[in-house]
Amino acid sequence: MSNVDWARLQFAMTSIYHFLFVPLTIGLSFLVALLQTSWHRKGRPEDLRLTKFFGTLLVINIAVGVVTGLVQEFQFGMNWASYSRFVGDVFGAPLAMESLAAFFLESVFLGLWLFGWNRLSRRLHLTTIWAVAAGGVLSAAFIMAANSWMQRPVGYTINSAGRAQLTDIWALLTNTVFIWAFIHVLLASLVTACVVMFAVSAWHLRRRNSPEVFGRSARLSLVILLPAILFSLLIGSHLGVVETRYQPMKIAAAEANWNTCQPCSFSLFQIGGGNRDETPTKIIQIPHLLSLLSTDSWNGQVQGLNQLNAQYQQQYGPGDYIPNVFIQYWSMRVMAYGGGLIFLFALIGGYLLLQGKLGQTRWFLRLAVWIAPLPFIMNIAGWLLTENGRQPWIVQGLQKVGDGVSASVSTATIITSIIVFFLLYGALAIVDTVLMTHYARKQLAPEPEKPEEAAELEFIY
Amino acid sequence: MTTFWFITIAMLWTGFLVLEGFDFGVGALHTLVGGDDTGQREVLHTIAPVWDGNEVWLITAGAAMFAAFPGWYATGFSALYPALVLLLIALILRGVGIEFRNKRDTVRWRRGWSIALVVSSLLAPLLVGVALADFGYGLPINAQEEFVGGFGDLVPFYSVVVGIAVLAMTLLHGAVFLSLKTQGEYHVRAVRLARMLAPVAAALVFVMIIWTHAQIGHGFLLNLFELAALVAVLAAWWLVRVGNWGWAFVATVVTLAGMVLSIFADLFPNVIVSSLDPANNLTIHNASSAPYSLTVMTVIVAVFLPGVIAYQAWTYHVLRRRLSQA
Repeated sequence: MSNVDWARLQFAMTSIYHFLFVPLTIGLSFLVALLQTSWHRKGRPEDLRLTKFFGTLLVINIAVGVVTGLVQEFQFGMNWASYSRFVGDVFGAPLAMESLAAFFLESVFLGLWLFGWNRLSRRLHLTTIWAVAAGGVLSAAFIMAANSWMQRPVGYTINSAGRAQLTDIWALLTNTVFIWAFIHVLLASLVTACVVMFAVSAWHLRRRNSPEVFGRSARLSLVILLPAILFSLLIGSHLGVVETRYQPMKIAAAEANWNTCQPCSFSLFQIGGGNRDETPTKIIQIPHLLSLLSTDSWNGQVQGLNQLNAQYQQQYGPGDYIPNVFIQYWSMRVMAYGGGLIFLFALIGGYLLLQGKLGQTRWFLRLAVWIAPLPFIMNIAGWLLTENGRQPWIVQGLQKVGDGVSASVSTATIITSIIVFFLLYGALAIVDTVLMTHYARKQLAPEPEKPEEAAELEFIY
Repeated sequence: MTTFWFITIAMLWTGFLVLEGFDFGVGALHTLVGGDDTGQREVLHTIAPVWDGNEVWLITAGAAMFAAFPGWYATGFSALYPALVLLLIALILRGVGIEFRNKRDTVRWRRGWSIALVVSSLLAPLLVGVALADFGYGLPINAQEEFVGGFGDLVPFYSVVVGIAVLAMTLLHGAVFLSLKTQGEYHVRAVRLARMLAPVAAALVFVMIIWTHAQIGHGFLLNLFELAALVAVLAAWWLVRVGNWGWAFVATVVTLAGMVLSIFADLFPNVIVSSLDPANNLTIHNASSAPYSLTVMTVIVAVFLPGVIAYQAWTYHVLRRRLSQA
């Protein structure tokens, strides 16, 4: 493996790990804010207890998200110095905005929320958790704006030094790819948090732990999950159409569509047919569906990998412009099928809820716990699809991954840092899992006589 | 405009070391000041609500370097690679340690995290000091703006001295902060530590400032920041002796600010000196972004930074209460 491969491995590893925590933080801070708002409005003590309960999970999760986020920011410069020099003028701006507008908001108000229970008025204290939630959403916005520029560069020019130079910040922030990807990420975050909240609630409901309290959180998460997963699927599908316009290679690879077709059938499942293998041995297909999905028309034409590759070779010079088809094909399907499963799950849950049988349907409550890892796997699949689909480019059409790597960093150094981060992240994963399960399974604290006074004690710090 | 951004980045690093400085110090001293487990937990309470917000100053400083001086960010961060890996490990362990230490009630768990906290809180300021000093001392940078040295080039004796001086100051800063924020038993122990640390920190700051001036300074006379650091550290020493903790904290703030700003003032207009050939120096001119991007960023900073400072200050005001029990 070359330096580039190692650097990619490190970036993939640390980003995937980081993004296990990010969507849960974004979604859960919103749900906790909702719970606290409900308590604020209606004064039900159950809502306060739920706020504290899920607030503790949120805090554990945020801690790992924050510290692994540091690595993300540093490693552009560490491993991708040539990329950083090439794009800093454009790419740095949204990152700096993220810090100033989002990270400060999130972290300062999280501290205030945790320690401000008895020091702020109720209304002001409620504002702090909403500020945390807003910080999460804003950080997603800026990082997606930056990433979307790598997928579809806009608002820039290449200057005399051969580097990208920002000419229109507004174009960056209204990039079509950004708008749709951002909404998709927000919905995916909401789905992740709802599934987790429902799983935790179901675990307790099945054991009859404070059913009147966990019944509320189960209901809240389910009611939000249903529209969130539906729109996440729809928006995700539309994002595919948008990306077909700007990154046809990405979507052609996701469909393992080697040759241009019209009309095109959708491959539901295949064995073989991955990298360099143009003829899958087993395949289940639905006629016309691919045309419909990627062009919004029954008989639309979809370009094939071979034709696109030939076209790119003419445009950008000799080379192989086809990303890893196996990763593309399956990451797309993991998301779509996983999303379908969760949608089905939420539908059944909604039905049980209407029937008033949610708390008694033990198989469903058990299933809820097993389904909890699914959104995390789908989140990873989403990034694999997006990032792997851009290969061999680091910035679509402008710079190749191989040209973005740091020239001064030796292979040994990168490998050492990969090992170090691998061990550290592994240990952190164990610790985090221990803590999360410990606090997720914890019984609710007995209802305090005066909730205000006991407020601070319930947070163990 | 590039000068403005150089100053902004210097300010961000200053904000980072002044704010995170005391929580580095508290992290490193929490076992000594806290005594038993309950005490350690309570001492950590003084920084638990604020450390994360303090660390965002570092994230912002890094992002601002990326955006305003891509050349500085790219060459600097890739050159400092091993040091930054260590810094990241330290910051990860510290952040998680503060959040996780008190969440399980076993001796091994808590002692383990306490050790991690102490080590990482000592390591982080040391590394930050070394890294900032390297920019001025010079790194082997070739004409292609690439670092061509090895690990030894990152730790010249001068940079190590700066690192140790920064470390000593964060310890004193933390001890003074704890003296200010605690009463009773914790207060007594924090005061004892502050009194021990003050002369050591003062001596190291003197060595660092004089050497920095001799190494990269302009002219014979000390500049304003260098003088401020020296005067402030002497004042801090005296105020610690007489036990005026409010003003002592102001003095350690000014000292740390003076140290960081001295490094940046002496560095200007370079951003990384090349030890191979002055022609290879990265400067605010050849490492910066174009005017449009800098203008956009200036607007962003003008809109958001005052708000950030206001609500962060307000947080400290809300949490101003002293740790009472001892």
